[in-house]
Amino acid sequence: MDMFMEYVWAFIIGGLLCAVGQVLIDLTKLTPARILTSYVVAGVILGAIGVYEPLIELAGGGATVPLTGFGNLLAKGVREAVDENGLLGAFMGGFTSAAVGVSAAIFFGLIAALIFKPGTKINENP
Amino acid sequence: MAIREGKTFRYSNASIMSYASVVGKTESEGPYGDEFDEVIEDNKGGAETFEQAEGLFQQKALQRAMDKTALTADKMDLIFAGDLLNQCTGSSYGLKDFYIPFLGIFGACSTFAQGLLLAGAMVNAGYVDNAAAVTSSHFSSAERQFRFPLNYGGVRTPTAQWTATAAGAAIVAATQKPPFIRAATVGKIEDMGISDLNNMGAAMAGAAYDTILRHFRHMGTGVDSYDLIITGDLGQVGSDMLYELFKRDGIDIEKRHKDCGLLLYDREKQDVHAGGSGCGCSAAMMCGHFLKHVENGDLKRILYAATGALMSPTMVQQGGNIPGISHAVEICYK
Amino acid sequence: MNISNEEYGEIAKRVSPPSAMTKTIPMAFLIGGGICVLGEALLNMYAALGFSQDNSAALTSMTLIFLSALFTGLKLYDRIAQHAGAGTLVPITGFANSVVSPALDFKTEGFVLGLGAKMFTIAGPVLVYGISASIIYGIIYYIVKLF
Repeated sequence: MDMFMEYVWAFIIGGLLCAVGQVLIDLTKLTPARILTSYVVAGVILGAIGVYEPLIELAGGGATVPLTGFGNLLAKGVREAVDENGLLGAFMGGFTSAAVGVSAAIFFGLIAALIFKPGTKINENP
Repeated sequence: MAIREGKTFRYSNASIMSYASVVGKTESEGPYGDEFDEVIEDNKGGAETFEQAEGLFQQKALQRAMDKTALTADKMDLIFAGDLLNQCTGSSYGLKDFYIPFLGIFGACSTFAQGLLLAGAMVNAGYVDNAAAVTSSHFSSAERQFRFPLNYGGVRTPTAQWTATAAGAAIVAATQKPPFIRAATVGKIEDMGISDLNNMGAAMAGAAYDTILRHFRHMGTGVDSYDLIITGDLGQVGSDMLYELFKRDGIDIEKRHKDCGLLLYDREKQDVHAGGSGCGCSAAMMCGHFLKHVENGDLKRILYAATGALMSPTMVQQGGNIPGISHAVEICYK
Repeated sequence: MNISNEEYGEIAKRVSPPSAMTKTIPMAFLIGGGICVLGEALLNMYAALGFSQDNSAALTSMTLIFLSALFTGLKLYDRIAQHAGAGTLVPITGFANSVVSPALDFKTEGFVLGLGAKMFTIAGPVLVYGISASIIYGIIYYIVKLF
C-alpha cells in the first residue's frame, strides 16, 4: 500500500507543479523559456530554504522530475560543496550536481540530431 | 498633426492576365484544397531545407502563371516579389533562375497586395508590358525564423495564427480581359500599441480599417458597392476587431467581409488557432479562388485589402509594438 | 486613426479568446503527473537494481532525457505537447526537448554553427540563471555558516 501511495503522491505533486506552469502560460503569457528558467530558479530558492527536500520525501519523482527538482539539485550540490571546500564550493557544486542532466541532454541531443532528419510540425486538432 | 489622407490610384489599363497558386499539404486539406494549381505534398518538393523549399514554391507559382499564357521568362519585363524571411530569401533565391528584372518588396503578409498595386502601376504607366507579383510563405521557415524550433513543444495561445505554406503569382498586363485592377490605396503604418507576438490579427485590424475607409472615401463607395471585401489574414481576432471598428461608425462590414486567414483552413479540424497568415495565405486564396470568380463574372467588384504585421522580433524584444499595414486593391470584372 | 490606442487595446482584449483553461490545466496535470509517475517507477526500478539513492536519481534523469530526445527526434514530443502544454514543458523532459529540438532543427546550418551553436538557444537561460542562483545561494550559505 505504501508503494501505491508513493505513486499517488508523485502523480499529484508532479501534476500540480505542471498545472501551475499551465496557469502561468494561460494567464500571464510568459513564454515557455521564461517558465523553464523561473522553475529552475524557484527550485534553487525552495531548496535553499529547505522546503524542497521534504517534498521529495513525500512525492519522490513527483518532485524530482519537474525542473524545480533540477533547481533543488543545484542548491543541494552547492551546499555540499561549500561544506567541503568553503567559498570555492559555491562555484563547484552547481555544475557537479547538474553534470548528469546537462551532459545527458547534450549527448543525447547530439545523437538525436545526427540520426534524425529535421522535420516540420504536424498539424492536427487537439 | 494634420493627418495625411493619401491618394487612391486609378488604373485604366491594367488587368491580371494570368495567376497561379501552389500550396503545401495542410493547405490542400483545407476547404479550398481543390482549387490550387499545385500541391507539394511533403512541403519540401525535393528541396533540402525549408528555406529552399519556400523559394521553390515561388518558382513553381510563377512558372505556372507563365504557362497559362504565351509568355516565357525572357518575355517578362518585371517581377515584384516578397516573403517573410530575412533578406526576402524565398523570393531572391527562388526566382533567380528566371533571370527576369526583379524588385524585392516587403510588406509582411500584405506583400501580395503591394505587389499587385505596383505591378498594376508600372503596366498602367506604360513603363512595362507586363509585370508579375509573386509572394510566398512557408510555415516551417517562418517558424524557424520567428518562433521556436519546429519540434519544440512550446505552446501556442489561441490568438496565434498559423503561417500558410503557400505561394501565389499574378501577371499583370494591359490585356483587355478581366479581372481588371481598377484602383488601389497604399496603406499607412499604424501602430495600435499591440505588442503580443501571438496576436498579430489585433495588430493589423486597425490598419485594415483605416485603408478600407480611405478607399471608400476616395472612390465615393461603401460596403454595399462591393460584392466582397477580402482582407488578407486578420484571422478570427483581427476580423472581430475590424467589425467592432466599423460598428463604431455605424457600418456593417461583416456581411460582405471574407478573410483569407479564416478561409484557407478548416479551423474545426485543423489546429491553426485564430486562422492562417503569411504572405502566401492571401496570395494563394486570391490566385486559387477569388480571381477566378472575378474572371468569370460571379464577382463583379471586390476590394482586396491584404494586411501585414510589420513585426521585428528584435524590436518586440526591446519592448516595441507591432505596427500593422494594409494595402487595398480594387479588382473588377469590368 | 480616430481611435486611441487605449480604446483599441480594450477592444483587442475583448475579442481575443482566452485559453481554454478548463481543458489546458487538467491536461497539463494529467500528462505532467504521468511523466512524474514514470520517473517514480524508474527511481524504484534503479533502486531495486541496487543503485544508491543519488545514482538512481541520476539514472532516472538520464533515462527521461533519453526518452525525450528519442521522442523529439521522432517528431512525437511536440505532438504530445500540443495537448499537454506545461505538462510536457515543466518536467526534465521539457528541458531535454528544448535542447534537442534546436540541435535537430539547425542541423541544416552546419554541425558547428548550426547544431552546436544553437543547441542552447532556449535552454541557455535555464543554465545561466539556475547556476547563477545556486552560486549566490552558495555564497550566502558560506557567509551564514561563518557565524
